[in-house]
Formats: sequence, C-alpha cells, structure tokens
Amino acid sequence: MSDDQELDLSALPDDELVAQMHDDLYDGLADEIAEGTNILLAREWTASDVLNEALVEGMRIVGIDFRDGILFVPEVLLAANAMKAGMKILRPLLAETGADTIGKVVIGTVKGDIHDIGKNLVAMMLEGAGFDVIDLGINTDVDEYLDALDEHKPDILGMSALLTTTMPYMKVVIDTMVERGIRNDYLVLVGGAPLNAEFGEAVGADAYCRDAAVASDTAKELVLRRRMMASEDA
Amino acid sequence: MPETDTPRVLVLACGALAREILDVVAMNRWRHVTLECLPVGLHNRPEQIPAAVEQRLAAASQTYDRILVGYADCGTGGLLDPIVDRYGATRLPGAHCYEFFATSPRFAELHEAEIGTLYLTDYLVKHFDRVVWRGLGLDRHPQLLDTYFGNYTRLVYLSQRPTPRLVNSAEAAAERLGLRFEHIATSYGDLETSIAEFAAAADLRLPQLAESV
Ligand code: B12
Repeated sequence: MSDDQELDLSALPDDELVAQMHDDLYDGLADEIAEGTNILLAREWTASDVLNEALVEGMRIVGIDFRDGILFVPEVLLAANAMKAGMKILRPLLAETGADTIGKVVIGTVKGDIHDIGKNLVAMMLEGAGFDVIDLGINTDVDEYLDALDEHKPDILGMSALLTTTMPYMKVVIDTMVERGIRNDYLVLVGGAPLNAEFGEAVGADAYCRDAAVASDTAKELVLRRRMMASEDA
Repeated sequence: MPETDTPRVLVLACGALAREILDVVAMNRWRHVTLECLPVGLHNRPEQIPAAVEQRLAAASQTYDRILVGYADCGTGGLLDPIVDRYGATRLPGAHCYEFFATSPRFAELHEAEIGTLYLTDYLVKHFDRVVWRGLGLDRHPQLLDTYFGNYTRLVYLSQRPTPRLVNSAEAAAERLGLRFEHIATSYGDLETSIAEFAAAADLRLPQLAESV
C-alpha cells in the first residue's frame, strides 16, 4: 500500500488524512503516524477523537486482516509499534483532559508462558478503549495476580496463554479467587490462540475473547453491564 | 506371511518430522509403513491443523488399517484429539515436538530451569533461516528482534542426529538471536518409543504382541 512518493500529510483534508493514517498503520509507519497525530491535534481534534478514529480504527482493520490470514505476526507488530508512536503523543493529553477512564484492567501472561505479543496488543487496545491498564508482564503466578488485584482493585483481570501446557493455569488462578471469596469482585477475561469459548467457560472466566478488538468491546460491555446492575441493586 | 495379511499402516505427520520418522522406521526395518506429510507452514497456523488432518484422515481411513497422526497437540488447544479419536487413529504424545524429543520430564526440567529458552530441533536448525528468521519477518524487519526475543536468554539445540555442521549452525543461530547456546543430544526420544508402540500394536504378525492387542 505504501507510496514511493513523499506524501505531504498536512496538505490532506481531515477525512483523507485519517484514511491515510489507517494505511500508514497498516504499513507500520511509526513516523508517519506520529506526524498525522500531531497534525490532527493542531487542527484541534481532541486526543480521544484522534485515538479512536485514526489509531484504534486503523488497528481494528489490521486485526481483521490478521484474523483472515492476510497479515502475519511481523506486520501486526509493526502496526502496533506505529500505534505506540501515536499513543505516546496522546497519552499525556488524555490524562490532562481527564478523558474518563472507563475502568481498570490488570493483565498478564500466565505462569510458565512467556509469549507476550497478543497480550501486549490486547493491553494497548484496552488502553485505546479508555481503560487504565496495569501490565504484569509474562510468567505471572497466582500470587502476583492476586497481589495486583489487591493493590489496584481493577474491574477486570485479563489472562493470556499461548501454550497448551500453560492454559490450565488460568483455572488455578480463578479457583484461588473463588477460594478466597473474591471471584465475583472482578470480571475475568481470558485469551490466547489455543483457547476457545468452551475452555473459557470451563475454567470459570466471564468471557473468552478471540482477539484484541473483541477484547476491548467485551471489556466495555461487561464493565458497563456490571455497573448498571450494581446501581440497580443500590 | 502373505502380503495381504500385513496391515496397511499410514503415518500422517507434520512436515518438520519427516526425516526423523523415516529414520525411526528404517532403524526398525518396518516395511509396510507409508509416510505422508502435511505442510510445515501449519506449524505457525495451528488453528488450521485439525481441519487439515481431518480432511486427510477421512480419505485415508478407507485405505489404511492403522493410522498414526504425527503431531503432538501443537497448539491446537486439544482440538486435534477428538478428530484423531473419531478415526480410530493415534497421535504422538505431549504438547509439542520439543517435549517428545526431550521426553516430558526432561523438557519440564529444562523449561523450569530457564523459562527464557528457545528450542531448536535438527529440522529447525537446518531450516532456521526460512522457518524462524524469515518466518518471523526478521529478514525484512530486524528491529523486531527485541520484541520477539527480549525475554529470552538461551537457545537449546535438542538434537536428533547432530553433525558438527549442524551444531555450528545452531550455535550461529543462537548468536544471531543474541542468546546463550546449549546443545543437548536427545536423539528421537518419545518419537521413537511411541512409533514403536504404535507399530507393535499394528504389527499383528508378532505373536507376543498379538496377545497384548
Ligand atoms: C510468535 C510466536 C512465538 C515467538 C514469541 C515472541 C513473543 N515475544 O511473544 C517466539 C518465536 C519467541 C516463540 C517461542 C516459542 N513458541 Co511460539 N508461537 C508464536 C506464534 C507463531 C504466534 C503467536 C503470536 O504472537 N501471535 C500473534 C498474536 C497477535 O496473536 P495471539 O497471541 O493469539 O493473541 C491474540 C488473541 O489470542 C487474543 N489474546 C491473547 N491474549 C489475550 C489475553 C486476554 C485477556 C484476551 C481477552 C485476549 C487475548 O488477542 C490477541 C490479539 O488479537 C504461535 C503460533 C500461533 N499462530 O499461535 C507459536 C506457538 C504458540 N508457539 C509454540 C511453541 C511450542 C513455542 C516454543 C516452545 C518453541 C521453541 N522452538 O522453543 C517457544 C516458547 C519457549 C518458552 N520458553 O516458553 C507453539 C505452542 C504449541 C503448544 N502445544 O502449546 C505454537 C502454537 C506454535 C506451534 N504450532 O508449535 N513463539
């Protein structure tokens, strides 16, 4: 998709610039994404509009083509890096404008597993969706998860696993939450390529999410539903 | 024994195991085993493995008496097993080839001892450039090296039939990835024992095995 000719992004009208940014994200062009982000901000776009319309929407397209086997892991990583370049500019502005965070997420790859590409992508998209994300990294054991829940009191716990041998560990974490009587204080989302919805149900998660876009939609929906139920109860 | 009495045996395997399976078959002088391989590329698209295996099993189960599926779970998240069962086939044990070459307890030990370990087999050493380096896009985007391997510290070459040349290549691969190198000669591990078990069960000509069937 990339053009050999140098394109003057600032000469494009808003809608063409946003479309161009979707292409640039797709092509993993971090500098262009940073430039486009700055141009839109200079045109008095709000940080959250830039985030949603240019970056998150662009990554959604990348996610679809990844799912359909058109893009592969390296392209997705480059796109994610490009999105990061935009996020770096937007993050302080989002914090400053006090754009509401819709909730808090603690996320990590489970014990025994150090695959983190998918987990990082989910963390980034959740941040893009307005969540405050605490990333515990890789090889996370049950104590680390529980300590983080205790410390951060998130709405959501997210667990990722890419190995058949490590996915059962999710049940260990959830069972321990049940034992301690804190399971229902949190929503639990699980994901990773070898998982499926049936598995998610079997380990007692609230939802399994196939990809980062589904994860951010599901996270938003479940958090809102839970808040509504809480306020009805009150 | 007349030809017609020998069971028709198929091994339907991942392309990355072809050489090793042929070695084990040859070492044991099994003559009536047919090997068929599915594309190695499925390795990085494990969600497509069950359907690919099923498609081939559906046809092959008409022609063969016994079928060994030369895959471990390989990241199918348990979805390969019901298919293997449905066609009365058997599959290789464990989660992946690294585990059955090293054998399970040894692999668990290695993994536990240093979690940031990348494993190579003979196949992956020989085809490192194509399968790993280019497969991960590192030829086009070397800047991704740290994104992939930032949490890794060591590369262990689990060798089946190591030659000085292969060991050198494995060491060079480790260097390219910036990882410490170790070599462990595993030979065929549980690949050999499970093919032997399967062949024994299939080979109805051997009297002592006929009893156990
Ligand atoms: C890239 C990759 C690697 C990279 C990982 C780099 C990194 N920093 O993570 C490298 C090359 C280092 C690697 C190493 C290994 N890998 Co690997 N790897 C893969 C591969 C090809 C892609 C995984 C990936 O990143 N996908 C891209 C991301 C975007 O997708 P994703 O992870 O599925 O995440 C998405 C969804 O699942 C979901 N999601 C993910 N997490 C979460 C969490 C939550 C909360 C939610 C809601 C959603 C969600 O959203 C994400 C974004 O859309 C897979 C095969 C595959 N196609 O899955 C094998 C695979 C997972 N690896 C495998 C293996 C065996 C290994 C090794 C043991 C191999 C070796 N030679 O040593 C080592 C692990 C060693 C160790 N010490 O643990 C096997 C697992 C087999 C099994 N039985 O479990 C696989 C399936 C390949 C195979 N068929 O053999 N691997």
